[in-house]
Amino acid sequence: MAGQMAEQFLQSRYRRRQRRNTLATTLALAATALGLGWLVLILGVLLWQGFSGLSLAVFTEMTPPPGSAGGLLNPIVGSLMLTALAIVIGTPIGILAGTYMAEYGRYDVLTTVVRFINDILLSAPSIVVGLFIYEIMVAPMGHFSGFAGGVALAVLVIPVVVRTTEDMLTLVPNALREAATSIGLPRSLAITRICYRAARAGMVTGVLLAVARISGETAPLLFTSLNNQFWSTNLNAPISSLPVVIFQFALSPYKDWQALAWTGALIITMAVLALSITARALVATGKQS
Amino acid sequence: MNSSRGRSVADVALQERALIAPAAGSRAKVLDRLRLGDAAFRQLTRAAAIGVLVLLSAVIISLIRGSIPALKTFGFGFLFSERWNPVTEIFGALPAVYGTVITSFIAMLFAVPIGLMIAFFLTELCPQWLRRPIGIAIELLAGIPSIIYGIWGLFVFAPFLQETLQPFLIDTLGNLPFIGPVFGGPPYGIGMLTAGLILAIMVLPFITSISRDVFEAVPPVLKEAAYGIGCTKWEVTRNVVLPYARVGVIGGIMLALGRALGETMAVTFVIGNAHRISASLLAPGTTISATIANEFTEAVGDLYTSALIALGLILFVITFIVLAIARYLLLRIERRIG
Repeated sequence: MAGQMAEQFLQSRYRRRQRRNTLATTLALAATALGLGWLVLILGVLLWQGFSGLSLAVFTEMTPPPGSAGGLLNPIVGSLMLTALAIVIGTPIGILAGTYMAEYGRYDVLTTVVRFINDILLSAPSIVVGLFIYEIMVAPMGHFSGFAGGVALAVLVIPVVVRTTEDMLTLVPNALREAATSIGLPRSLAITRICYRAARAGMVTGVLLAVARISGETAPLLFTSLNNQFWSTNLNAPISSLPVVIFQFALSPYKDWQALAWTGALIITMAVLALSITARALVATGKQS
Repeated sequence: MNSSRGRSVADVALQERALIAPAAGSRAKVLDRLRLGDAAFRQLTRAAAIGVLVLLSAVIISLIRGSIPALKTFGFGFLFSERWNPVTEIFGALPAVYGTVITSFIAMLFAVPIGLMIAFFLTELCPQWLRRPIGIAIELLAGIPSIIYGIWGLFVFAPFLQETLQPFLIDTLGNLPFIGPVFGGPPYGIGMLTAGLILAIMVLPFITSISRDVFEAVPPVLKEAAYGIGCTKWEVTRNVVLPYARVGVIGGIMLALGRALGETMAVTFVIGNAHRISASLLAPGTTISATIANEFTEAVGDLYTSALIALGLILFVITFIVLAIARYLLLRIERRIG
């Protein structure tokens, strides 16, 4: 009798545990479906809205005044220039800093501190970077400029490149460094000729990720490079950029502007996804060889 | 001593020295140049590393300098004043700070459980061949620029909420005592709740990928032991994996929180930019970053600009603290794994 009750008790307890497990499993499945569903939903809407506006004119004509047709040529060129400027400024600084952390001062206090601060900069709010550049460049110069926008983006590039450079150089086997030293190579040459070459795929990945990161950044550009409705490649003057134009056009009441904003959004997203996937592929091939 | 020995074999050496002297001279020169270049390169990299620290200090100093006029005028009251009136030049940070905290809180409320459940799925339930593709897809979500979430939120998500979820909330929860006002008012579509939900979608990938990484770092022996005594998959995750990975998970959550607090564009599109504190989550509000993004270029007068920079300073201090805690926790777990 008592044995039977104990048996029953165990049975019900077992079933309760099973039920709980099934419930949790179902919830986990639902959560994953939700996460993936959202990706599909966002990309789907983007393709749907963006493709209808995609035409040759988008790449050959200037941003229009409200109510007439036009394209996104000046913001696209502006964005490319700002991104190039940011990479040119940010990459060398990032690579050098990452080199110090991985090669010279791997166990330094300085490295630990820089790594900590760099990781914070990596996720610091980008709008604050915009304020910072406004304070140190736009206000003293007295006008908004493409240079300010490029430098603001460079501030976002540096932490990404520092991080990947350090990580990738740390992965380079020490035997390579020892071999280089044993044939009498000075350290700087061992680093630039041997270690950089061994870590090249990873370092290029870092730069690609940095480009992906900044190509959609809007907040730091709002009050540094501002915007320009007309064709301008003068970096010393306000310059148009894709994200800022999307921001401005999407919030406008005009239908053609909103359509152009969607098209611009599609272009940026495709560029960013292509960059991230390329970066991933690079890392994957680097690991195999 | 060396020279005397050299002299003793001078006959032999003289000839040879004459032959190799030019080469030895240039060799010394090359070595000197290399030594110099070596030192220069070392100092250059060191300067760049210190440059990262200088960068952060420069950001802080410039923000403090820029916000001095506003802080002088309003003092500590700036933090606690609810009024924001550019015309009469009276500024208070409270509505923006409130909006920032509430939208981030809503975001974490949804993103944390969902993110953890996805990590549970990826580590325990998912068939091996599907893990990588799903993991990559979720991480791609993290790469989509925030302005895309913004435009999507404004044109797709907000109207959708306005027609479905918000009327439903107003009709059901809105009539309840106590919590009724939280879901009161007309369904605007845009507002605090919408912004919070968009943020939840944005930070979900961060929580998922970090949780998955720390879940995977749990020693298999622990899990196998738990499975061995008959635990279900959920029990293993809940009672073995999660406690072991706790520090890392909290670090990931703090990292996501830091992102949510500072996120600008996605929020700016759907928050409504209203400087007031409403009881209702469905009402428009504002956040620190949205206020700066919306008003900075139009700010007339030094005090207005300074007040906005002061807002930026507050935001930076808050996110700095949150991110510092996150990094500290993640560093701790990295040390344990490594």
